[in-house]
Amino acid sequence: MKLSKNIEEIRSEFPILSIKVYGKPLIYLDNGATTQKPEQVIRVMEELYRTANANVHRGVHRLSDMVSERYEAARETVRAFINAPKREEIIFTAGTTASINAIAFSFGERFVSEGDEILISGMEHHANIVPWQMLCERKSAKLRVIPFSDEGVLDLEAYRSLLTDRTRIVAVTHVSNVLGTVNPVKEIVAEAHRHGIPVLVDGAQGIQHGIVDVTDIGCDFYVFSGHKVYGPNGIGVLYGKENLLNEIPPYQGGGDMVANVTFEKTTYNELPFKFEAGTTNFTGAIGLATALDYLTSLGREAVAAREQDLLRQATEGLLSVSGIRIYGTAPQKVSVISFLPGTIHQYDAGMILDKMGIAVRTGSHCAQPLMERYGISGNIRASIAFYNTEEEIEALVKGIKRVTEMFA
Amino acid sequence: MNINQIQDQIIEDFALFGDWMERYEYLIDLGRSLAPFDVAHKTPDFLIEGCQSKVWLYPSLTDGVVTFTAESDALITRGIIALLIRVFSGRTPDEILGADIYFIERIGLRENLSPTRSNGLLAMMKQMRLYALAYKSKREQA
Repeated sequence: MKLSKNIEEIRSEFPILSIKVYGKPLIYLDNGATTQKPEQVIRVMEELYRTANANVHRGVHRLSDMVSERYEAARETVRAFINAPKREEIIFTAGTTASINAIAFSFGERFVSEGDEILISGMEHHANIVPWQMLCERKSAKLRVIPFSDEGVLDLEAYRSLLTDRTRIVAVTHVSNVLGTVNPVKEIVAEAHRHGIPVLVDGAQGIQHGIVDVTDIGCDFYVFSGHKVYGPNGIGVLYGKENLLNEIPPYQGGGDMVANVTFEKTTYNELPFKFEAGTTNFTGAIGLATALDYLTSLGREAVAAREQDLLRQATEGLLSVSGIRIYGTAPQKVSVISFLPGTIHQYDAGMILDKMGIAVRTGSHCAQPLMERYGISGNIRASIAFYNTEEEIEALVKGIKRVTEMFA
Repeated sequence: MNINQIQDQIIEDFALFGDWMERYEYLIDLGRSLAPFDVAHKTPDFLIEGCQSKVWLYPSLTDGVVTFTAESDALITRGIIALLIRVFSGRTPDEILGADIYFIERIGLRENLSPTRSNGLLAMMKQMRLYALAYKSKREQA
């Protein structure tokens, strides 16, 4: 599997990759936080505001028609990208967090009551913990947590025993944002479905690393953010199975989501519009579709293969530094590598790397329960994208060596 | 020496360093030599929680002068704490409240005090002033 372009060409399509910080070339290894945008995405956003800006689904005029068509075409691009059965099942939101909050509210209103249980995993991002906690508080329900091993692998036996007749929904991450673990979501879904329990998969860290097929996974909801998959900020996706989306109430009221409004009674619009109240981020949606097309044109399997090569190099390189500890050694993982060099504090290491032009994430990565599981306050995370180079990985390893010398 | 003279002295110290690496190596040394912090004070009451690093700050007042001791889990943060203590500790509440802190920016460490860094340092400076204010109002009431 080969990328359709060589790495120099790819890098030249991402303008930010050639900037300098503190006079040094930027080495961007914080792709788990947000990814950089190719020219194609930047250009389409600009082009929309210059030549095609009108509100979608509103006017009879040509401009509104044109942009509405492009917005709906973007929905089709997303549908095809994740292999969802129907375009009505693709709802545009503000991002992963917004998508999860929407389901926690709407699904919760319809299906969760006192004494019920919500099942999440111990490696969730705060965005897949807090909305469920809020739901539990509202409904006097209980939050249950699937444990995981030191390697960062979910305990499926424990998972099975945690599925009870009170479990109303399972919400798990596709890929851990800290450990990089790819969870066996297909198996998790099959097991829950045996009990008639729906599953939400948080795809914020899964969507950008290869093929995601929601039909194959079988999940009831799959959510992700545009900005983590080379698209714009402020746009995200909520995929939901049609029957479930029809059954749950909308979480926001406003324009476009209604069929008929009187002061006595309002009827809701059909899917997907029922869940898209107000003027949607149509420029973001079109930008996101452009980003997905870009990935498809590069070759998604080739993207994943390149990232695996870089992950292997980073893992071997970092392990050659004495005293290094890597958090997350699951057999199936994406190009995310969390670590601590000896007893050196993550903030100290991050400060020095920053001065070398190397951008990594330090801290708890919005996953404090996970950090607590390992007995640490945080760590350093290098998250690698296909546009990173072998030289950049080498620079990271050298940087960490320098850090360990400075703090020795 | 007054607060500004101490700040100027720190700026002079840092002017000796050629590049950022030397500045940070010096900060790390300062961090290592920070006066020990009484473990009895390492409690949630004296903790200033940052997302990136934690800071503990303990104040006391003797003969109208405030003494601060502090601690952090990160060494660079400790180094900056050492500088802040050099400036603020051993001062009267009025001196602390009236101080204009300019040395951090002048020695090129401004990013360490950015609110987005969330390393506890900005909150620590604020807390030092709050303690000074509390001591001052207590004295005025007495």
